[in-house]
Amino acid sequence: MPLLYPLVFAAFLFSAGVYGVLARRNAVMVLMSIELMVNAVNVNLVAFNAYLKDPLLSGQVFALFVVAVAAAEVGIGLAIVLLIFRNRETVNIDEVDLLRW
Amino acid sequence: MTGQEAAFLVLAVVGGLAGLLVVTSRNIVHAALYLVVALSSVAGTYLLLAAPFIAFVQVIIYVGAIVVLILFGIMLTRAPVGRRVLDNTLRARVGAFVIGLGVFTMLTWFMADAWRGERIAGQEVTATAALGTSIFRNYVLPFEAVSILLLAALVGAIVLARRD
Repeated sequence: MPLLYPLVFAAFLFSAGVYGVLARRNAVMVLMSIELMVNAVNVNLVAFNAYLKDPLLSGQVFALFVVAVAAAEVGIGLAIVLLIFRNRETVNIDEVDLLRW
Repeated sequence: MTGQEAAFLVLAVVGGLAGLLVVTSRNIVHAALYLVVALSSVAGTYLLLAAPFIAFVQVIIYVGAIVVLILFGIMLTRAPVGRRVLDNTLRARVGAFVIGLGVFTMLTWFMADAWRGERIAGQEVTATAALGTSIFRNYVLPFEAVSILLLAALVGAIVLARRD
């Protein structure tokens, strides 16, 4: 299989995630777009692991680490979103402007 | 074209379309369900890249846990439905589209420049035992760091979300 197949697939998923992060204003949708971007990175890691035939399997090991970090990130992210919703009755990220100067 | 390549192309088209629908759908629950399709096709991609353990981890953690967590988040925040509340203004969306298209063009251009014609050949299915050996022999320190991170995230999520 050409190496470019998974690379272009990953690039497409990543740019869809970039578009989602910038174009959505609901915080949960932004988190979903971030998950898409994390997955694109994982596809790259596994593809290069298969291409380089690494004896240490570094690509796959780090793909596992990235999955664990993404799970931690989405858990904390949703807790923060819930807290914002409880305090301000909105998850619209345009309206959460406490830190705007 | 081999069967592997054909299967990969089908998975990539399905996954890419689902990913596009995740970021454009007007209904937030539909977007979460399209996310399931996109993540599952990524799992199929791992299978085709001869990494079955990562594929099953993807199905268990992403499709099984993270999507359920996101659905709970949607439910608890009573997310409204509709373009006006989910999406930014048209001007911001056009800007986001230009940036996304630019990122995609740049990435594919650079990758095609660097790895055109390279092939993933002579694949052998990764044994889960080999993966475990690599984690616990060569990558013990990052593994421990990830476990500390997960513990910190667990405690942090409880502290943030409980009300008192």
